[in-house]
Amino acid sequence: MGLTAHWAEAWIRESSKVLTEHRAELIELDRVIGDADHGENMQRGFAAVTAKLDGGGQDTPAAVFKLTAMTLMSTVGGAAGPLYGTAFLRAATALGDAAEIDPAAVVAFLTAARDGVVARGKAEPGDKTMIDAWTPAVEAAETAKSAGASSTEVLEAAANAAQAGALATEPLIARKGRASYLGERSAGHRDPGAQSTALILQAAADTAGREQ
Amino acid sequence: MTVGLVIVSHSSKIAEGVIELAAQMAPNVQMVAAGGTSDSPPRIGTSLEKVQSALEEADQGDGVVVLTDLGSAVMTAEMTLEFLAPDARSRIRLPRAALVEGSVAAAVQAESGSTVDEVATAAEGAVVSIDPESLEPFVSHGAAAPGHSLPLDEPAGIPVTGAWTLPNKMGLHARPAAVLARALTDLDAEVTINGVDGKSVMLLMSLALGEGQELRAEATGPQAQEAIEYIAGAVKAGFGEL
Repeated sequence: MGLTAHWAEAWIRESSKVLTEHRAELIELDRVIGDADHGENMQRGFAAVTAKLDGGGQDTPAAVFKLTAMTLMSTVGGAAGPLYGTAFLRAATALGDAAEIDPAAVVAFLTAARDGVVARGKAEPGDKTMIDAWTPAVEAAETAKSAGASSTEVLEAAANAAQAGALATEPLIARKGRASYLGERSAGHRDPGAQSTALILQAAADTAGREQ
Repeated sequence: MTVGLVIVSHSSKIAEGVIELAAQMAPNVQMVAAGGTSDSPPRIGTSLEKVQSALEEADQGDGVVVLTDLGSAVMTAEMTLEFLAPDARSRIRLPRAALVEGSVAAAVQAESGSTVDEVATAAEGAVVSIDPESLEPFVSHGAAAPGHSLPLDEPAGIPVTGAWTLPNKMGLHARPAAVLARALTDLDAEVTINGVDGKSVMLLMSLALGEGQELRAEATGPQAQEAIEYIAGAVKAGFGEL
């Protein structure tokens, strides 16, 4: 069985919970090389999505993602709003009205999300942005799918790669976003956007594991 | 009707302040602030919803130019445009411009009844004023590079001059300033009006010449005579406002 709208909703709710737990950590990462609002913005945005999900009516994974996208774009405030908004919107488009997500569809929606973030933020791998978590996640997902992994296993591979990618942003010099104003002083600190991507993808894998 | 402006900033104070500044020179242009988040009071950030409703409010049929500050304001503005129907989208421009300088230049251009593309081009042409090599249209050549002013004995140095009293009620306000500066820019002549560069809309407006005050022009160069004749005609006609 593939992943359903029930999982998509569980994922977003889990993301909200995890982002709340890691709020202070994200704020601290962003304080050092940015404007110290990422933790608060993400918590606020996902809390707003959770409140909208309580209204019900999202019958497909794409409907959940679309609601998530639209809400994040109007409530996050910082750059993460349009970036994650675009990611979830593109993911929704990639899934269409499918009721279930098989491993190929997992790869398809992750790829669409990553491409959306790239198109919106115009960053490249190595710029010390959330792309540095998304890109290895997509590559690992593709590899896992090709090896015959389940949807949950594909998401686990993506989450692990995203976390490794987030860690790997620490020595990088930021070339995009607010941290790029710091130049070389941005080296030695993890990118908060890459870290929030890793947390969100980990929530995807954890909730998928509980569904099956 | 004129082209409208939407000012997208992370800070509601910046968005409102930019409009306050630009409105001084362009009182008839519809300018709408989309600063800060949708929260009340707004936090620092940008909001898709806010930009969407600002666009609706600013669009009076002739189009809208959207001016933004830092990165995510640009992204939010781009997203808003992507959600629009093609017809509405085709009337909107998102120029790469410095927020304050670009907004003021765009407002002045819109005030003179220009098209949405002309307004966007004016915004892009207004540069950050800390680059002395490209200060136009905000500071005259003379002020930007005091060492480079023409010596008096240049061959082109015999000036053609003229002086007239402004007959129209509003004097040399934004619209006529923009019309004058644009016409003079097309001529091969250096033109000084009451001591400032006649090709700079901003400096002409900064003179704040009102009804009954004297406008003195001095021109040098191959088309100096044409320049003075053009100014004479425009002033005597009260910039078409008599």
